[in-house]
Amino acid sequence: MISKGATWNSNSCRIKFARRFVSALLHMRNRNTRPGSLTIEGVRTHTQRIKIAAYLSMAQAVGSRRAWSRAVLSKHGSRARRHSRMGRSSVGLKKTRVIRSYPPGELGQAKKLRQLVPGGKTMDMCSLLEETAHYIKCLATQVKVMQTLADNFSK
Amino acid sequence: MSSRRSRTRQSGCSRPISDDQINDLVSKLQQLLPEIRDRRSDQVSAANVLQETCNYIRSLHKEADDLSERLSELLASSDTAQAAIIRSLLMQQ
Repeated sequence: MISKGATWNSNSCRIKFARRFVSALLHMRNRNTRPGSLTIEGVRTHTQRIKIAAYLSMAQAVGSRRAWSRAVLSKHGSRARRHSRMGRSSVGLKKTRVIRSYPPGELGQAKKLRQLVPGGKTMDMCSLLEETAHYIKCLATQVKVMQTLADNFSK
Repeated sequence: MSSRRSRTRQSGCSRPISDDQINDLVSKLQQLLPEIRDRRSDQVSAANVLQETCNYIRSLHKEADDLSERLSELLASSDTAQAAIIRSLLMQQ
């Protein structure tokens, strides 16, 4: 199905993401009612889980239509894989920081971009730019929804 | 999954990518960036757009991290969280 315009696309994307994310949060909350989860380590893990749930919910809302969402889903899809894949991540969990000098011009920046967009390493330039545009739209939506939720909680 | 391709291979497997196509996509990307969108000048180069894109994605990731932290604190502390969740879900529609 071809998206008719920015409005339609972002609205349904937003609603789908909001539903999935909220149900993931509820699920997490029902599981974590022990007082032990209030330690520093517990809070950090909780934060990580919420972050992963957010990215995963967004990728699920987008489905397999996009290469970046497919990359996110295959990375975080199975629970068993989540703990074993360290290091080579591209969903914002930056663990290794390699200082590298990139060649100036478009190719150099494209390398940095490939690291930021999930699945970007194996795409050609054209697809990379398209996926980046979609990824930015969805990320912005995700952040807005999370912001709304956080505001509602603190009332 | 990430295969290392040598530099000599041109990006683009099945169809030749023209410069116009790339410029088209770059300008589309430019429209999405909040910083560059306001100053619409032709002097914004492709490399600049890509740089701004990287910065923007990084800042979005950072915001998502901060919000996750905030949400986790709020979830852990508040008992009325469930009512708030349902309420916000209804407001999204």
